[in-house]
This record gives sequence, C-alpha cells and structure tokens, in this order.
Amino acid sequence: MKIRTLEQLMALEQELCAARDRKPCVRVCGGTGCRARGSEDVLARFQTQLREVGWAEAVDLKFTGCHGLCERGPLVSLTSPEVFYQGVEADDVPAIVAETLVRGVVIERLLAHDPMTGQRVRREQELPFYRRQQRVVLRFNGVIDPTDIREYIALGGYRTLGVVLTRLTPEEVIEIIERSGLRGRGGAGFPTGKKWRLARAAPGARKYVICNGDEGDPGAFMDRSVLEGNPHSVIEGMIIGAYAVGATRGIIYVREEYPLAVRTLQIALAQAREYGFLGEAIFDSAFSFDLEIVRGAGAFVAGEETALIAAVEGRVSEPRQRPPYPVQRGVWGYPTVINNVETWANIPIILERGPEWFARLGTATSKGTKIFSLVGKVANTGLVEIPMGMTLRDLVEEIGGGALPPREIKAVQIGGPSGGCLPKALFDLPIDYESLTEAGAMMGSGGLIVMDDRTCMVDVARYFMDFLRDESCGKCLPCREGTHRMYELLTAMCEGRATDADLELLEELAQVVKETSLCGLGQTAPNPVLTTLRYFRSEYEAHIRQKRCPAGVCKALIRYVINAERCTGCVACVQPCPQQAISGQLKQPHLIDPERCIKCGICHEVCQFGAVEIV
Amino acid sequence: MQEIEAIIERYGAQRRHVISILQDIQARFHYLPKDALMEVAARVRIPLIDLYSIATFYNCFSLLPRGEHVIKVCLGTACHLKGGTRLVEALERELGVREGELTPDGRFSFETVRCVGACALAPLVLIDERYYPKMTQRKLTQVLARLRRARQAAEAVP
Repeated sequence: MKIRTLEQLMALEQELCAARDRKPCVRVCGGTGCRARGSEDVLARFQTQLREVGWAEAVDLKFTGCHGLCERGPLVSLTSPEVFYQGVEADDVPAIVAETLVRGVVIERLLAHDPMTGQRVRREQELPFYRRQQRVVLRFNGVIDPTDIREYIALGGYRTLGVVLTRLTPEEVIEIIERSGLRGRGGAGFPTGKKWRLARAAPGARKYVICNGDEGDPGAFMDRSVLEGNPHSVIEGMIIGAYAVGATRGIIYVREEYPLAVRTLQIALAQAREYGFLGEAIFDSAFSFDLEIVRGAGAFVAGEETALIAAVEGRVSEPRQRPPYPVQRGVWGYPTVINNVETWANIPIILERGPEWFARLGTATSKGTKIFSLVGKVANTGLVEIPMGMTLRDLVEEIGGGALPPREIKAVQIGGPSGGCLPKALFDLPIDYESLTEAGAMMGSGGLIVMDDRTCMVDVARYFMDFLRDESCGKCLPCREGTHRMYELLTAMCEGRATDADLELLEELAQVVKETSLCGLGQTAPNPVLTTLRYFRSEYEAHIRQKRCPAGVCKALIRYVINAERCTGCVACVQPCPQQAISGQLKQPHLIDPERCIKCGICHEVCQFGAVEIV
Repeated sequence: MQEIEAIIERYGAQRRHVISILQDIQARFHYLPKDALMEVAARVRIPLIDLYSIATFYNCFSLLPRGEHVIKVCLGTACHLKGGTRLVEALERELGVREGELTPDGRFSFETVRCVGACALAPLVLIDERYYPKMTQRKLTQVLARLRRARQAAEAVP
C-alpha cells in the first residue's frame, strides 16, 4: 500500500500499534552472536511448540536484531510476563512455553545473574550491563522484527519523514541538525549539519547521499547491528538527509562480509518502496528519491570517503587528494554527502524530539550517545550505547563487568587500527572526541577492545601494523613502505632480535608516516605504535633489553613449564600435544621437553588445574 | 559461459557494475575463473588488466579454486587477543598447508579473515560459513576429524 499523506500514515500507525499491544510477545535475538549459538533453532522450536499447544496465533513471535548481551546468548525476552532469559537452548523452549507463557511461572535457571549482588534478575534493566546504558539509536533493536516495515511504523517510524516533507523546508532541516550538534560517528567527528550545508550550497546537476557501512575496523560490529536490527532508521535518516541537501539518489555501501545486513537491507528497501517512502513524489510532495545497495568487496581503506567513492564507481578503492571534498565533487563528480550508518540512524530521532533534547545528551562538544562494541578480555562482551562523556572506567568496569578473573585489566584499545591503546591510569577520561584525541587515540567508529595483563602491547602494535600494511592501498609511499618497515621492526622486537636503535627508528618512522601520508589511513596508522610507546614503553624495553615478554605472549621469548605442585598427573595434556613433548605417569607430575616443544599452547589450553605456566 | 552472461545481464554491462558482477561470479564459482574474467572484460569493454587489479585488490576475490570445505580463521582484534593466531598454527599443522592455500586433495581451503563482526564469540572459526564460537585448538581438531569421517562414510556407501 502506498502512503500518500501524513494522516494516512498516522492512522496506519495507530492501527498497527493497537494490534501489537493485544498479544504477548516473544522476542528471540537474531543477532550474529546469538545465531552462532543456535538462536535459529530456538526460534524454530518456538514455532512448533506454540503450534502444538494451540498458541501460534495468540503469541507474537519475533526474530529481532541484536539485544546486546552477546556473551550470554541466545537471548529471549518475553513481554507477558515480562522476563529476560539468557543462554536459552532449543530444548528449553517447551518449558518456556508451558511454564512461563501458559502458566506465568518464571524459570529461575534461565535468568541472568547480577554480578554485583549474585541475585538472579527478571528484567534486562536490572542488570548493570543495561542499567548504565542509554539506548537512543538502539531503542528498537531487539524489539522489532527488522524484516517487517509495519513493526517500525507501529512505533512511529517514518512519521518524522512525513512531517519533514510536508512542514519543513530543507534549510530548516539543516538548521535543526546544526543546532543539535551531531557529529559524524564514523571516526573523525565532522559536524553533520555543516557537511549538509556545504553539499546543499555546492552546484551540481544532481546530488548523492551515501551511507558508509564499510565498517572495516577489526573488533567493531556497531553498524552491522544497526543495519541488521533496525534498517529503516538508517533509510529514513537518508531520505531526510537527501531532502535537506537536494539529493535524488542514494547509495548504501555495506560490506559483503555482512550477508545478513545485506539481505535485511534488501528487504527493507523493497518494503519502503512498496509503502511509497522511496520513489516518486514521496508523501505527495515534489521530492523524489531512491536508494540502492552497493556491496563492498573487502578493503579497509574503502572506509575513507574518497576511496569509497572509487569503490562505488567500480574502481580499485584508492583515495585521492582532498580538496575537492566529496560535498563538492563526489560520486561521478557530483556533490555527495557521505555519512556513517550510526550518523544516519540518529537523524530521525533528532528531528522527532528536537535539537535541544539531543544537545542535552553528552558533553559540551560531543552531543548524543555513542554505540560501542565492547569486546576482548572483559566479562560482558556485547553491544552497548552510552551517553557521550561517560568515563572509560564506567564503561569497562560497570557495563563490561570488569576483567575475567584472575586477570587484571591493563588497557583499552579504542578507534580500531587508527586509534590507540589507553592505559588503566587514564580510565577516568570521559569518552568524547577531544579527550580521546588528546590522549593519542580517537573515537573511531566504536570498537572498544579490552586488554588484560596477558595482552602484550608490542604484539598488539605489531598486529595492527600487520593489518595496516596489508590494507594500505599502496598509492602513496610513506604509508606503503612505512607500514611495512614498522611491521618488520615490531616483529624483530617480538622475536627478541631488536636493539635500542630499532626503537628510535620506529619512533622516527611513525612520525614521518603520520605527517606525510596521503589519506587518513596512513596519517593515523602509527597511532597504535605511538600510544603503546607512550604508555607502555617498559614493555618495549623488556623485549629489547631483557629479551622478555612480560605478558607471556611473544612465542620466541616464552617457555611453557609444568608447575609440579599444581599438576595432578591427570595426563590430559599428554595425548593432545602434537609433538609428544610431554612425559609423565598417571598421578605423577608431568614434564615438558623444551627441545621438542613448539609452544603451541595446547597443554595450557586443556589443563584444568592451571598447572601449565608461561615463563 | 551462459551463467556469466546471466550475471552480467543482471546488472548491465557497465563499468560501474564490474565489482558487483565479479562478486556474483565469485559467489557462484567460489573463485574467479580466467575465462570468466576475459568474458567480463570483453562484454564491459574494459582492459583485462583493470579487472585483474580489482580482483587482486579486494579481499573477497580469489583467483584460485576453493576446496570442498572452506575454513576461515577470524583474525580480528578480539580474536587475535584470544588466541586466533594459535588456531592458524594448529590448522597449518593439521592440514599441512599454509594460510591462503588449498590442501593437495582439494578438500580444505584455509583462509584467514579480518573480523566478521562477531567479536563476542572470539576466537571464531567459520567453516563453510557456519560460525564456531569460542574455538580452541582441541575443538578444531575434533571438528576436522568429524568432517574427514563424514567424507569417509560417504565414500564407503557403494
């Protein structure tokens, strides 16, 4: 059905909303984490089980986007009675249907624990992981079925678009976005309203808007979760943006490595066209606009806007000199606004609730909320959204639940390969664009990787440099050669072959690459090296001078030994050893032959008594 | 060749669509056959070397055939911290080939990927696009043994 007027949309919204409230709802998480743990089987079992008890029509069963707490998946939430279950397996489903849905009895063993109190809790909101979050962009994630546009409409979706197209001029829209203080969520933090104003003013026979969903940062899955969980929020944001800058065409550039996001978007675009939100004369206005999907073929540099334009045009993804900026000369030479997924998803709610509301969230210069993927050596891994200005400590300790005992947290890596590692001593730093940049890191797109005392910072720097030398497009020399040389120097350090002179060379090289590279990739490539040198210099020195890896990671500098006091002589490590390097009798402490040992670490992995030690 | 033709038709023989066309060819054949590249170059009227440069620049393309099973070890940051590299070494030992190679019997392709965005499950291994969360060297050996046994069982059936 085509929606032509705002009144027609509001009537549909009311109808859908009323129908929605009548039935109890079961929401099974369909995020990647939960799917990998079997949530598709859980969903299928709900379908058969509900049919069996004759409740198939009486219950609204949904497969939603990511609920956030990936660590405890598969996650299932119910509305009546209101309860949040974690670690649900298909075999738990008959009990959930019979006990909880039919009889209203909560199943204790499926409830989550509050780590602070040790109590089991019934609702998501009672967990510290959710309590400290502020879900603005993610407010419908985990609530709606992303493959059904009516779910989004029922919660007020596309109403803002209707209001914008019928009551506001493009200049008014731009002014509202400017007043909100929204800055780009892709990394650099350029003011979104200003970008739009430049694009609107730029002369061009035609204009484009692009959604940058390349998300090439390792350790980041925010954009993926938004696209998979609530694609229409991004689409609505893009239509509004197109109206504001005067664009008639749009492109969503999304990584092919995210097949589910691509599929969900394809469905969403088809439905948006069917309802008339894309196409000719949207809301019977003079404004026409349509969107297409371009799948990224895998290149980190494509996240850089001029490189992304090259990829969209069907070329090798190499950046070019700026200016001219894409708002002046973008895709095929036309003025183009490129915003990141999360930036677009912020647009509808800013216009709905007003710029003053948005500007009240966050800090003086960083407004709103930010989504992070909280991963690495932390208890609660998952997807979180927090107001800007929260401290790293609150994010890591409270929401993240701290370290994995018995380890201790040492640092966080923020901003991906362009970002940096910040030590625990700086955890009182507020999360905003300026503070992070001053500390040598950057906001980036929202990957936040927690590191503990078993993480070697030299190895981390080497890891990122390996990534960057691989992903450097090769166009400019400082980046192409500099990343390679830095990688070689870091490898020598990890292998105990480096000297003090190498450390000096590494620092000098890092400065040169930073100052002379063509694009953002090269200019920020030294950040992982520079921040680890700044905050963890003693680790570098231990590798170079004492040939020692304090974290016990760098293979050339460690040995595996068995602690005779802890070893129970269970022989569990003897058979898996690929080198037959472990000898020992049952109930006698075992021994590793250092001559044969290749340091693969299997013995360390299988030992249940912590008897295999790294020295 | 008809299939290649159909894929080109899907988008139109234009320069701007070559990456999409190559992606679909890759999805269909699991690599980019030489004949297919030549066909695309001729139809879209662009030099073969431009296609070659695209095919070797982007990570998702392969110029070599893939094995029956494709094993991908994720080496995103979270997976790296939690032992992804150890899994790579374990596979090199088990399969006797290096990352990026195919076993001589054509059974297993062994690749690494830079983050598939499922970091909460680190370290992660994908086998034939199925996710294996929180992988260990032990579990990996067991999965490989299962895949090998499944093949033997299939071959034993007359």
